[in-house]
Amino acid sequence: MSQIATKKRIGAEAVEEKGWLGAHKWLLLRRISQLSILALFLLGPLAGIWIVKGNLNYSYTLGVLPLTDPYVALQSLVAGHVPETLGLVGFAIVLLFYFLVGGRVYCSWVCPINMVTDAAGWLRDRLGIKGASSLSAKTRYWILGMTFIGSAVTGMVLWELINPVSMLHRGLIFGIGTAWMVVLAIFLFDLFVMSRGWCGRLCPVGAFYSLIGRWSPVRISANKRSACNDCMDCFEVCPEPQVIRPALKGEGKGVGPVILAPNCTNCGRCIDVCSKDVFTYGLRFNNPASTEKSGT
Amino acid sequence: MNSKTPKSNAARRQFLFDSAKMACGVGMLGLGLGLYAKQSKALPALALRPPGALPEDDFLGACIRCGLCVRDCPYNTLELAKPEHPVATGTPYFTARNIPCEMCEDIPCVKACPTQALDHQLTDINKAKMGIAVLIDHETCLNFLGLRCDVCYRVCPVIDKAITLDMQPNQRTGRHAMFLPTVHSEHCTGCGKCEKSCVLEESAIRVLPPKLAQGSLGQHYRVGWEEQKKAGGSLIDETKMLDLPDRLPEGAVLPGHYDPASGHTEAMRGMAGSEAGVIPSLPPGLGGKP
Repeated sequence: MSQIATKKRIGAEAVEEKGWLGAHKWLLLRRISQLSILALFLLGPLAGIWIVKGNLNYSYTLGVLPLTDPYVALQSLVAGHVPETLGLVGFAIVLLFYFLVGGRVYCSWVCPINMVTDAAGWLRDRLGIKGASSLSAKTRYWILGMTFIGSAVTGMVLWELINPVSMLHRGLIFGIGTAWMVVLAIFLFDLFVMSRGWCGRLCPVGAFYSLIGRWSPVRISANKRSACNDCMDCFEVCPEPQVIRPALKGEGKGVGPVILAPNCTNCGRCIDVCSKDVFTYGLRFNNPASTEKSGT
Repeated sequence: MNSKTPKSNAARRQFLFDSAKMACGVGMLGLGLGLYAKQSKALPALALRPPGALPEDDFLGACIRCGLCVRDCPYNTLELAKPEHPVATGTPYFTARNIPCEMCEDIPCVKACPTQALDHQLTDINKAKMGIAVLIDHETCLNFLGLRCDVCYRVCPVIDKAITLDMQPNQRTGRHAMFLPTVHSEHCTGCGKCEKSCVLEESAIRVLPPKLAQGSLGQHYRVGWEEQKKAGGSLIDETKMLDLPDRLPEGAVLPGHYDPASGHTEAMRGMAGSEAGVIPSLPPGLGGKP
């Protein structure tokens, strides 16, 4: 355990190589994305500038662009209710968008809970909290299935009763009430009970979006994997570390460098923390089995 | 253990074990969530849904908790339930005593709804059924005390239809009238302006969900006089109706009384005898003009 205490912080090497900004580029862009989306929603109630109305479940932008959360809409469908035209159009737009850019882009670039769990993860790393209980990363798919069956049985949009994502987002816009307790509970859960517990194992919203992005063209690619020096920083920083190995270490097995696992959130932290610039955003089709020649 | 494929056997066993573990764990979560769902279907009596809202069970399946109705309400009547409110989290509701519905003619809240949770068929706000006003306390209502408050009646947007003042003699003074506010459910939209404006410390008139406010006749029940009106006459051949003898003290005579022995009906008080004979089923003393 003493090694851990003396070990260099994640991405320290990348900071030396690329400078602080270079080693935090995608993280900063992501925070800007998350915060500006939130700001757009808040401009209405706080400043009276109504660009966007509603919340992440459904929003209406400038009186022209409807956006519907497909997971919520599907639960409602299963419960026996078809949305209105605008709701359906918004449903299609969101599905198409996340299909193109990667389903879990929602998690890393939009979802407000991401900042909470990232903060917990960061603090967990700083405090050196290790071990603790673990759950299968597949749990979320079971929960996802349960919410659909449950919605059909109860005739309610079931997950919305307790969904912390919409509770936090709605709370920030419409008044938080005691929803902050739920958010705090998730923070503490991720910090002390389970590393990456909420987003990485339990949240059915992320599970749903991962399914939308099952065949997304935009993916992270380890196309310079031959330059990898096994520093492990990408594994340490990744919110879904299991997705990296097949691509990064697949040269010998004839597996291409593109991270095809649907649970990759396209957050780009691996690009940031890699001092060798192994990773980059790319397309899933650009996936040769061997990268020995093209690498370096 | 099967010696042929020990590896796949072990893997299958592990798979089944893991699946069972998941199914049980997530099943427990689902059960808890389901029970919670059942609880949250119980909307508190004083929480009212926006106009056009589907019945509560359907509403909770159709509403996606976006708050567009809240945003488009010009009077800030609606709010989204917070987790600590006794209303399903994130769904819109209003409390009449705080801010009632102003019954906008263009119904912006319904137009804003991206689902059918607020029924887009509702285009006439006067047909809304957010609830039904009930004059719940006859002991403190000022009009029931014989005073002329009338505020609930005056503020009613459907005045003289949804609320009327019904005159009754004031038994206490013996010489005055009481003007009792009376709600007529077919016209009341449940906007809650009466409840909001009741001058008492606790409102004597309250908007309740129809389920709480209304009784309901049995399905088989037919109200005779209405059926008669619909049919334009009695549904049975009244000339063939039997009238059983009334037991009366000997020698006594009741107006309207049918005596099977003579086949003759006694003339009713203040009525032509022939008229009483037309309706032999009429009980004695009833049906006549006072």
